[in-house]
Amino acid sequence: MTQVQAPVLVGTDLRAGARRGPRRRRGDLLVHVALIVLMVVWAVPAVALLVSSFRPTQQLTSSGWWTAIFPPYEFTFSNYEHVLGQAGLGNAFLNSLVITIPATIIVISVAAFASYAFAWMSFPGRQILFVVIVGLLVVPLQVTLIPVLRLFRDATFFGQSLTGTFLAVWLAHTGYGLPFAVYLLRNYFGGLPREVFESAAIDGASPGTAFFRLALPMSVPAIASLVIFQFLWVWNDLLVALVYLGPRPQNHPVSVTLANLTTSQGGDWNFLTAAAFISMALPIVVFLALQRYFVRGITGGAVKG
Amino acid sequence: MDRLISSVLVVLAVPAVLVGYVLTIEAFAGRLPRSVGDRIRPWLWLLPAFAFVLVFLIYPMIATILRSLYGSAEGKFVGAENYVHFFTSSQTLAALGNNILWLVFLTGLTVGIGLIVAVLVDRVRYESVVKTVIFLPMAISFVAAGVIWRFMYELNPSVGTLNAVVVALGGQPVPWLINAPLNTFMLIVVGVWMQAGFAMVILSAGLKGISTELLEAARVDGANERQVFRSIMLPLLMPTIAVITTTIVIIALKTFDIVYTMTNGNFDTEVIANRMYKELFNYGQPGQASATAVILLVAVVPVMLFNIRRFQQQEAIR
Amino acid sequence: MDSSRRPLVALFATVAIVAAACSSGSSPSASESAGTSAAPGSSESGSAAPGGSAGGSAAASFGHIGGTVTVVGSWTGSEQDSFMAMVKPFEDATGVQVQYTGSRDLAAQLTTGVQSGNLPDVAGLPGPGLMKQWYAQGALKPLDFVDLNAYKSVTPPGYADLGVASDGKLIGIFVKSAVKSVVYFAKANWRGGDPKTWQDLQSAAKSAATGSTKTWCIGLESGAASGWPATDWIEDIVLHQFGPDVYDKWVAGQQKWTSPEIKQAWQAFGQVVNDAYGGPNYILTTNFGSGANPMFKSPPGCLLTHAGSFITDFFQKQAGAKPTDYDFFPFPAINPQYAGAVEGAGDLFGMFNATPQAKALIQWLLTPDAQAIWVKRGGALSGNKDVPVSDYPDAASQKAAQMLRDAKVFRFDGSDQMPNAMNDAFFKATLDFVKDQSKLDSILSNLDSVQSSAYGG
Repeated sequence: MTQVQAPVLVGTDLRAGARRGPRRRRGDLLVHVALIVLMVVWAVPAVALLVSSFRPTQQLTSSGWWTAIFPPYEFTFSNYEHVLGQAGLGNAFLNSLVITIPATIIVISVAAFASYAFAWMSFPGRQILFVVIVGLLVVPLQVTLIPVLRLFRDATFFGQSLTGTFLAVWLAHTGYGLPFAVYLLRNYFGGLPREVFESAAIDGASPGTAFFRLALPMSVPAIASLVIFQFLWVWNDLLVALVYLGPRPQNHPVSVTLANLTTSQGGDWNFLTAAAFISMALPIVVFLALQRYFVRGITGGAVKG
Repeated sequence: MDRLISSVLVVLAVPAVLVGYVLTIEAFAGRLPRSVGDRIRPWLWLLPAFAFVLVFLIYPMIATILRSLYGSAEGKFVGAENYVHFFTSSQTLAALGNNILWLVFLTGLTVGIGLIVAVLVDRVRYESVVKTVIFLPMAISFVAAGVIWRFMYELNPSVGTLNAVVVALGGQPVPWLINAPLNTFMLIVVGVWMQAGFAMVILSAGLKGISTELLEAARVDGANERQVFRSIMLPLLMPTIAVITTTIVIIALKTFDIVYTMTNGNFDTEVIANRMYKELFNYGQPGQASATAVILLVAVVPVMLFNIRRFQQQEAIR
Repeated sequence: MDSSRRPLVALFATVAIVAAACSSGSSPSASESAGTSAAPGSSESGSAAPGGSAGGSAAASFGHIGGTVTVVGSWTGSEQDSFMAMVKPFEDATGVQVQYTGSRDLAAQLTTGVQSGNLPDVAGLPGPGLMKQWYAQGALKPLDFVDLNAYKSVTPPGYADLGVASDGKLIGIFVKSAVKSVVYFAKANWRGGDPKTWQDLQSAAKSAATGSTKTWCIGLESGAASGWPATDWIEDIVLHQFGPDVYDKWVAGQQKWTSPEIKQAWQAFGQVVNDAYGGPNYILTTNFGSGANPMFKSPPGCLLTHAGSFITDFFQKQAGAKPTDYDFFPFPAINPQYAGAVEGAGDLFGMFNATPQAKALIQWLLTPDAQAIWVKRGGALSGNKDVPVSDYPDAASQKAAQMLRDAKVFRFDGSDQMPNAMNDAFFKATLDFVKDQSKLDSILSNLDSVQSSAYGG
């Protein structure tokens, strides 16, 4: 990345085998105040949503959510009951998982290969090709729908049209997610110290070995953040699922099922408050589970181990 | 059940296929003479990504560019007429103006707040709590976010949170989403609320890549926190900041969902992507919509040039 | 590492995942092909089904058909429940499974579907404009199997024609309707009776209003469709002041927005807004469904609300009113010559795939038996005269149903008939107008420029 970092990383972290936990410094008061203010500001809308999801419809539109946190309490589970009672929500959850997990895995694997080539192999047109891929980030998803759907209609796989299949959705999400994934990973791979790869090559490691043994373990924080975002984007996606899966409700993921709880004219949205929390649960768990990978020193430790 | 079995199969098989692919091409490239192998290898590594990008982005993009030269009915060539329409219609120009507001403020605020949080949480014990709270909005769908922010911006101070605060401070209720350009700023606030977690997570991942020893060494040498941030963290984070800034700039250019769910472009809040969506799906004007999309593509060229320069610099020094 | 064996493993895995993916995706289409393969045998029973909609045809007369029919509509929530109740007897009798999805983005889903062929069998249509465009592109199939004359004979004049293409073929049917030229009031607060003219209404309102009570309750917020209640207002004023001819020319794009007639209608609406509860900011940010809430307060914030007959559902849910608390009178004549003109709206359905199941469903939806089901659940009117008025759940909806079938002049919602770009600009313009009425001239000339381009293609 820079001349400053590389020697230190290699010299200290790797060779000395230092794997110290991060040493926390006591932040000064200002830091605490700033963080707490930010947290409050960020939490208020979410808390409002949570409180509202337990309030009866009539009250929701006549008094503020903050009045509900003081007695007399009038909480109700009816919004949740309505949402959970919807036929097919369990099936929709399953569909969401079936769509999201493969879509996430495919994007990250394909992007990792390409990013590694962009970062550590030399070939003509490397910069331009890379910038073209990143530039594709700007392609609005909406304009791709019709051309791609026509392709799907005409493409057959083992005599099957791809239209309306989960395979179509996985492939589409992979295509849409790739530019950002390649961008992020190439950048992270490119920042890894050159010495590591050079010494590996001298030791006779092939690019494949260097990729699996060095680049991947050293990039865990970047990959973890990518997993989180790809998971979230696919999980919350409405348009791709709606358009590519077509009109059969048994294929629909949670996002489509829940969005349909409300009327298009803005009525019945009290159910959305409950629905939002139900659909948020899994992404938050994924975030919490992956957060432990954002720890300083993991790169050094992983490379050594 | 069918679905469950197939998805488990897929989750197991996909990594196997992809790892198998790399091992296969490595074995293949390894058997070739070294000079040939080295020339072919990068292309084999890039092949899967190119295949996807070609089908899902490049092909539709070319189709879009061609389509932009045709009228509302297919096959009726109109040349640059759709572009002339874009630059002469007051509606699209107003949308363009709003996009510039989004570009400046969404990018500045999101990257700024993301950076501040990423750096500050590194120094406190409750790091994971802060991060979770800032990240939370990312997990909310746009439809639900639209609902909750309508509550925040509601005119009636006994329901609307923001106006309750304004009235408690002795002010008059403000119609946040009605008066331009205030309403666009209020929509941008929603965007920042939803995207700051994104910037924070990426920046935090970058920050964790900076070695502790380096920071400690600087501190031992007597550098204060501001100096550590300015002279060590910031330069080392620069590539990550560039990535996140580029991404948010593009997100700002493509801004759609928040405007779509909250105002649908009413009261002069329309943005380009919103306009394009209406032209494409509501007005039956795919030609105009395609021209609008092409203009979005062109708008990103300066950002890409900046990235090319940055990569060349990075290559030069590493 | 024996690398020579790896490729085989990889290849095997590729086949496995692809096979898995296809099998998961194919299960619905497999059931579809099962459905269509059952079709030849069932087509006899399909043709045996009643040709027209007239006559009390029970669902049983369709016989067993089997298979599935996919339906996409804009209804979600309780409307979706009502639609499902409507098709339940059909499913029971024919064995056809109706797979309904309520889509919040009907136009996007159907537009991409028309381009790519990934379409539901039967769908709600976003408006007559797109309906005709899709028929011209060959996506929407003609409903030849419906007896158009029988359909016309049981519905108000001009009603069925709204679903007829320029070549005279029926392509869209109304599943439910609403009358829009109605003014609701709370019985407790309104003493003006049924004013016959606009003048009567004004003077009655003046005498009934006390203190800060305003005449009109208006809420224009409606998510993506914000502004439509205002377009209904302006349309009703045009219809009742200048008559159906001006109305038709205006809807067809042959009457300029800046013409004196249309401008006068906007100005009249401006006066209504000035005499409405809460002021412009309140009106613009209040959902149409809760707009009438102050009407049921004591003392009332406002006396009257102009809204389609479906609004009663919101009276009950939002304001907590009982069906006996409110009533309505027809929109009074502004020019006596045009008394009795009624503006209405409805939900058009069309067919994209002419499967036996889809044809049978369309026929079922036309029957009075089917339409009576939704009518009884509330919130809908049937255009079909064979649905007995007594089926309506309360006095107000019975009166509305009677009004729809007695209409001397029936006109469909004008903004819904305009091209979508025009419709959208109209919605937006009403919001800008309510915000600042002094900008009327620039708003109207802007609408003129949209008009000059929107009708062309």
